[in-house]
Amino acid sequence: MANVLVFAETRGGDLRKVALEAVTAARTLADRDGGEVHALMLGAPGIASKAEQLGRHGADVVLVVEHPGLGNHSAEVAAATAAARAKEGGYAAVVFSASAQGKDLAPRVAAKLGVPMAADVLSFEKTGSGVSAQHPGYASKVVQTLTLTATPAIVSVRPGAYAPAANPKAGRIESLAPAMDPASARVVVKEMVQGRSGRPDLGEAPVVVSGGRGLRAAENFKLVEELAEAFGNAAVGCTRAVADDGWRPQSDQIGQTGRTVSPQLYVAVGISGAIQHLAGMRTAKTIVAINRDKEAPIFKVADYGIVGDALEVVPALTAAVRDAKKGH
Amino acid sequence: MKIAVCIKRVPDMESRFRISGDGKVVDETGLKFDMSDFDGYAVEVALQITEKLGQGEVVVVSLGPDAVQEALRKALSMGAARAIHLKADQVPRDGFAVARALAAELESGGFDLIMFGKHAMDTMSGVVGPMTAELLGLPNVSAVSKLDVEQGKGTARRELEGAAEIVEFPLPAVVSIDEGIARPRYPSLKGIMAAKKKPLESKPAQLDPTRLEVTKTELPPDRQGGRIIGEGAAAVPELVRLLQTEAKVL
Repeated sequence: MANVLVFAETRGGDLRKVALEAVTAARTLADRDGGEVHALMLGAPGIASKAEQLGRHGADVVLVVEHPGLGNHSAEVAAATAAARAKEGGYAAVVFSASAQGKDLAPRVAAKLGVPMAADVLSFEKTGSGVSAQHPGYASKVVQTLTLTATPAIVSVRPGAYAPAANPKAGRIESLAPAMDPASARVVVKEMVQGRSGRPDLGEAPVVVSGGRGLRAAENFKLVEELAEAFGNAAVGCTRAVADDGWRPQSDQIGQTGRTVSPQLYVAVGISGAIQHLAGMRTAKTIVAINRDKEAPIFKVADYGIVGDALEVVPALTAAVRDAKKGH
Repeated sequence: MKIAVCIKRVPDMESRFRISGDGKVVDETGLKFDMSDFDGYAVEVALQITEKLGQGEVVVVSLGPDAVQEALRKALSMGAARAIHLKADQVPRDGFAVARALAAELESGGFDLIMFGKHAMDTMSGVVGPMTAELLGLPNVSAVSKLDVEQGKGTARRELEGAAEIVEFPLPAVVSIDEGIARPRYPSLKGIMAAKKKPLESKPAQLDPTRLEVTKTELPPDRQGGRIIGEGAAAVPELVRLLQTEAKVL
């Protein structure tokens, strides 16, 4: 038996897209040995209604933990419950998402189980000696293969690295009690601060439009916003320089010290392409760069470049994208 | 308030990295090194806390070869009171082994707060902080972008995707520090002179055999970039055509 346990992330009473990605990733490992995928989800009462989605994406069993104290994610309760289940179930591997929640959760579970883990991996597979995973390192300038020889092998999967794939399985629901009382958690969420609504998150958006100093002034960022609006499914990012100048919040920063994104399309507006920035977006499928300086390093990684002033090119692009969308 | 900050010495990320002859790791010979970015923020935050409270001690801890003492001296010159060097030939890639060695050292230190950077710039994993918290049985708060502590209690803001949460937790606790919280100060000349006389204790790290190895390191496939399709707004129709027909993303 080589079953795989996967932690399916929820927030605000719903599954997150990364949960479906993680189940898809777990499926690839389980299928190697004819094992099962067991997905674990926690939430307030009612969360079980989302379990069926996990079944559609390849979960044989969905372990549902419902508790009135779990309306907000509690890393302590999740870690205790995931570790207890992992011990009991004798899993070959435990898969997490390398999201804000998962980056915090996975190492705790690994430590509870007394094993190392491979964090933020692009892919993983079973090999002769254990589980090997691909992980970008050194400011994303190299890709390293990490081999885990302990059992269970614990990995967290980079958001966007696996596209959620339909793979209908039984999705049999089993309810599970939390391994600790949520009321006894020491770290207590006092308040959730919601970001701008109506926009997909940077880590999940298929399109990211990002701006740099080439926009020359904070108010010109509205051109980037409008372009994102035209795509309809785009998030807005920025460079470190722009965040440091206070044009945009730090949470929008893409790069070595900010967020890492892997969208289908990345549009870099007025961004020169410093290593610091490239580290956060070079794994995008298609990169478009708009920059005045034709020598800017961003053009070396861009699939399509336009040399020109962002203030002139972006409004034209916004109009053209709007037209193209209408034509669909 | 007694604060430990765990720091790592890493290569300068602007470097051009070469792969070792056996293809397994990055060849770090001849590279310039410094304290990892986020660890610098953590040292700064720790110093600000003790300055604000008007009392306390900041102790910096680093695991690795003798060369990590440079990073420890830098933290001392920023204002940390003393340093602990956990000696090892190299830093294992197995973060659990590192966390075990740190926990063994920190366990009896009587620290109110143990701080880490969000992740080291070389391994980009961010597992050692939460693992150390777990091993010590302490509350853990990671990716902290704002931190307030008073006696016995902390309040922090954590950045999530597209949202943030404000959390409260009792001390002692472990926190990992995110970008944007504080800019590390430059050591003053006086600080650099003072650092030379500050205590730096060196002792062997208690390292278990590792169960996570780097078995291969590659440069990422080169992007087929560099294709400039035109200048100014006149190039927009061609760009849109390529996005539709070639890249198929529009």
